[in-house]
Amino acid sequence: MSLRGAAAVVGAAETPPRRTTPGMTTLDMIASTAALAVADAGMEPAEIDGLLVGPQVGETPQHVPATVAEYLGLAPTYADLVDLGGATGAGMVWRAAAAIAAGMCDTALCVLGNVRTDVVPRSSNRNPIREFDVPYGGSGANQAYAMVATRHCAEFGTTPEQLALVPVFERDNARLNPDAVFHGKPITVDDVLASPLVVSPLRLLEVVMPCGGGAAVVVTSPARARRAPHRPVWLRGAGEKVTHRALSQAPELTTSPLAAAIGDAYAMASAGPDDLDLLSLYDCYSIMLAVTLEDAGLCKKGEVGPWLADQDFSHTGNLPCNPHGGQLACGQADLAGGMAHVVEAVRQLRGTAGERQVRDPGLALVTGNGATMSEEVALVLEAAA
Amino acid sequence: MTIAKPGPTPVPLTEPFWAAARRGELLLQRCRSCGHHQHYPRMLCTRCWCRELDWVPSAGKGRVWTFTVVHRPGHPAWSDDVPYALAIVELDEGPRLLTNVVGLDPADVTVGLPVVARFTEHGDSTIVQFGPEYS
Repeated sequence: MSLRGAAAVVGAAETPPRRTTPGMTTLDMIASTAALAVADAGMEPAEIDGLLVGPQVGETPQHVPATVAEYLGLAPTYADLVDLGGATGAGMVWRAAAAIAAGMCDTALCVLGNVRTDVVPRSSNRNPIREFDVPYGGSGANQAYAMVATRHCAEFGTTPEQLALVPVFERDNARLNPDAVFHGKPITVDDVLASPLVVSPLRLLEVVMPCGGGAAVVVTSPARARRAPHRPVWLRGAGEKVTHRALSQAPELTTSPLAAAIGDAYAMASAGPDDLDLLSLYDCYSIMLAVTLEDAGLCKKGEVGPWLADQDFSHTGNLPCNPHGGQLACGQADLAGGMAHVVEAVRQLRGTAGERQVRDPGLALVTGNGATMSEEVALVLEAAA
Repeated sequence: MTIAKPGPTPVPLTEPFWAAARRGELLLQRCRSCGHHQHYPRMLCTRCWCRELDWVPSAGKGRVWTFTVVHRPGHPAWSDDVPYALAIVELDEGPRLLTNVVGLDPADVTVGLPVVARFTEHGDSTIVQFGPEYS
């Protein structure tokens, strides 16, 4: 059994990332974003019989699907928690399709949201990372991606100047996205290189900005999709790979497990890098997007550095990538940041991306990436004929 | 007020590792069935799932697999330590571990640098850091 064509995305919405979200709870954010997505799908809440949610640090440690279902007044026949960090959103889409194909539900709401105040809760771990990494000053994600970048630079001669092109083009794309936190704030390579070192070689402008916000999609059966107000966006391929949690346990550093996930998604879709009209690629750091471009087969392994300068990633370019500006320009609303890449691909493929609309895209590659380049999902999405 | 640096959090399975560190010894697990070395300590061999694992001493030698110089730490307790070198060292026996490279200017750390284990007091515990071979 393949999930190719098993379901379509018919609704998509975002509560754009903002640095703080005063007065809101996570449930408020999830509910308001969910309502936007279901309205976008032209559906009534009663049609939602599948619900996929993500973990909520600090607010609802357990029973998350039931808590969200109750808050929304839903009574799903399939309720699940997906916990794949930045790959959660993409991971939800194929799981929703699988549940629909298996007959466990007909229409699934996949929703992620978070709130952010000036006080960020620290999660209390009692696991190997807490025991073997934290005592060395190895907390947080920044250091892990910096170590990926160090290795890529050492192995292939990639330079900070080359990696700086990533946030530069994303800020440029965000000129056409008024919802982006950094809308109308273009930057240059020199700006990136002059920004403070956070964890060498990564500088502040190569590191995603944590925000609060929400993103949701509605996935439904082929029969129901044909009655939706927007052109359906079909799931054509999916792949997933999870290899480690702590970077020290990663099988390798310069190739991500995304390479395998993308390969599986291409195989299911009977497609390859040359068939893509749009890229919506997870970009928590400059280096993550760079490694993903290689792992998607868009350039050879190790050659992304010099290759970047020859690409036009704008919505009118040779290789449109993150026309919304990606997370580096939009801000990262925690797990919803990954779902925002799905939302942008859906908007583009159905032709509702407004000023930044890519011309008639047929196939898009969407990636999600979690933890320390360790939880990976790839989707190939297709515009309705 | 300074924030205390969180130390190791041993559990019964991992306690021998930390006890050995206090004696200046770096222990690894070796699988009795397939000979695989692993770190951190686990209930079973990650290669063959054999549950017969022996503690064996590591020679404590390896190379820097990758590193970063931290200027803005992820935990506030390290604020006064910046810049410091956080690294993943690949031991000659195979396993990799997150650690610090100390005993040289962080700016002089490189990928591939040969390093040896050194044992550093950290509150009530001892952690395993690495320094250049020549020091």
